[in-house]
Amino acid sequence: MNNFIPQIEFKNFNFHYGKYHALKSINQSLPKHKVTAFIGPSGCGKSTLLRTINRMYDLYPDQRADGELLLDGNNILSPSVDLNVLRSKVGMVFQKPTPFPMSIYDNIAFGVRLHENMGKADMDERVEWALRKAALWDEVKDKLNKSGMSLSGGQQQRLCIARGVAVKPEVLLLDEPTSALDPISTMRIEELINELQPEFTIVIVTHNMQQAARISDYTAYMYLGELIEFGETDQIFVKPSKKQTEDYITGRFG
Amino acid sequence: MNLLSRRKLINQIALTLSMLAMAFGLFWLAWILYTVLHLGLAGLSLDIFTKMTPPPGAADGGLLNALAGSGLLVVVSTLVGTPLGILVGVYLAEYGRTSWLGNTTRYVNDLLLSAPSIVIGLFVWIVVVSRMGTYSGWAGILALSLIMIPVVVRTTENMLQLVPNTLREAAYALGAPKRKVIMSVTLRAAKSGVVTGLLLAIARIAGETAPLLFTALSNPFWSVDLGKPIANLPVTINSFAMSPFVEWQQIAWAGVLVMTACVLTLNVIARIFFRQEQSH
Repeated sequence: MNNFIPQIEFKNFNFHYGKYHALKSINQSLPKHKVTAFIGPSGCGKSTLLRTINRMYDLYPDQRADGELLLDGNNILSPSVDLNVLRSKVGMVFQKPTPFPMSIYDNIAFGVRLHENMGKADMDERVEWALRKAALWDEVKDKLNKSGMSLSGGQQQRLCIARGVAVKPEVLLLDEPTSALDPISTMRIEELINELQPEFTIVIVTHNMQQAARISDYTAYMYLGELIEFGETDQIFVKPSKKQTEDYITGRFG
Repeated sequence: MNLLSRRKLINQIALTLSMLAMAFGLFWLAWILYTVLHLGLAGLSLDIFTKMTPPPGAADGGLLNALAGSGLLVVVSTLVGTPLGILVGVYLAEYGRTSWLGNTTRYVNDLLLSAPSIVIGLFVWIVVVSRMGTYSGWAGILALSLIMIPVVVRTTENMLQLVPNTLREAAYALGAPKRKVIMSVTLRAAKSGVVTGLLLAIARIAGETAPLLFTALSNPFWSVDLGKPIANLPVTINSFAMSPFVEWQQIAWAGVLVMTACVLTLNVIARIFFRQEQSH
């Protein structure tokens, strides 16, 4: 795990919800084609941080970020950045499954059509590719015209992952993707994350520390808007260098 | 008395009270429906749908011109009111949630929603009928649209607000521009509610009398010219029911039955549609 190629870089990064200072002077790089997990108690800012990488916060006028946030060396906070293009490079999966009210096929094709023009045959191929990537193809291949809402919760979440993957992003943001799922669905999603890792940079926020330990290459511990410690997952969980991190991981706090 | 039995008692009392309230409402509804059926069926015949409104004292006649006129007025009003209402509803829910323009529009819309329909009829009389010097179908359409639009605006906005924000974020997260998010995701998610609101709004204007009394007026002859007074069911029923002629009164009751059946059918369709869409 020594090939750390920085893809996302936070430089003196601050974030405000109105007057509330939610992220304080974050300086950290996140590695390309690795899984990075963010852990920390509720309200520590880990989801906020995740939502800056695709500038989701832009939807809300009272939220603002300053400092620098580089994706492949380009500052994505710059006003000249085209958000639609940025979001085609940085996909996101949410806590609750969010299938669109349309067929399974169209759920996948929706995002692809936004960014690429392709014929029916190519689209069929892309949809199958994405569904296979999300380990959902075998379950839905005979009912692609059924509504995405008709799937089970775990299937819906994999559909959302497939939808994100279909656009062929560079980065995949996962915001507590398994917290609304049962253990078996959770296991499948975790397997899936490991399969996607060689091709995508994955950043995941999770409340489940075992999950972070199982699936991530790097782990970041956050507390009260500050990034306390970042390191290889094995090191963070076995021998954290900060007392605060150790207290949280061993359950003495948080 | 222990806690559990006290709760049971309170529960029983509350249940009884609400059953009584329901019975009170149903009693009048059943009575109205019975009267409409009883008197309406007596006058109902094929003539109602095939013959024009008769002159006073004539034995046979129907409501053909009134039915056609009403149909025309309602259809055109719906064509005018639907796009406008949905567009304003989308603006309020997706663009102007907190802006002053949005808040003002919402407030004005609420005022329009609760305005008595006779006020709207008089308003159209003043600004259109008195200036044009003639009652006309277009004036009727304007009045009916003004009644319909706020209903559609309100239901569209409410239904869009029920769409969870995470669904919008999910669409934005794929790089969708705002219009795509609205057209393909949020409006689609709210579709059944919006259509239901639309059907209820149509049912509402189908039965309005007061706004047509001062605008479309009525017409004893066949006419589909919207520039002239046009026959319509509510006003015809109104004048026939008030008349001293038995034949007219009977036709009025048949008209009431036809109108009630139409509105009831629309309501039932709206409910079935909403339920089906919700269940999958």
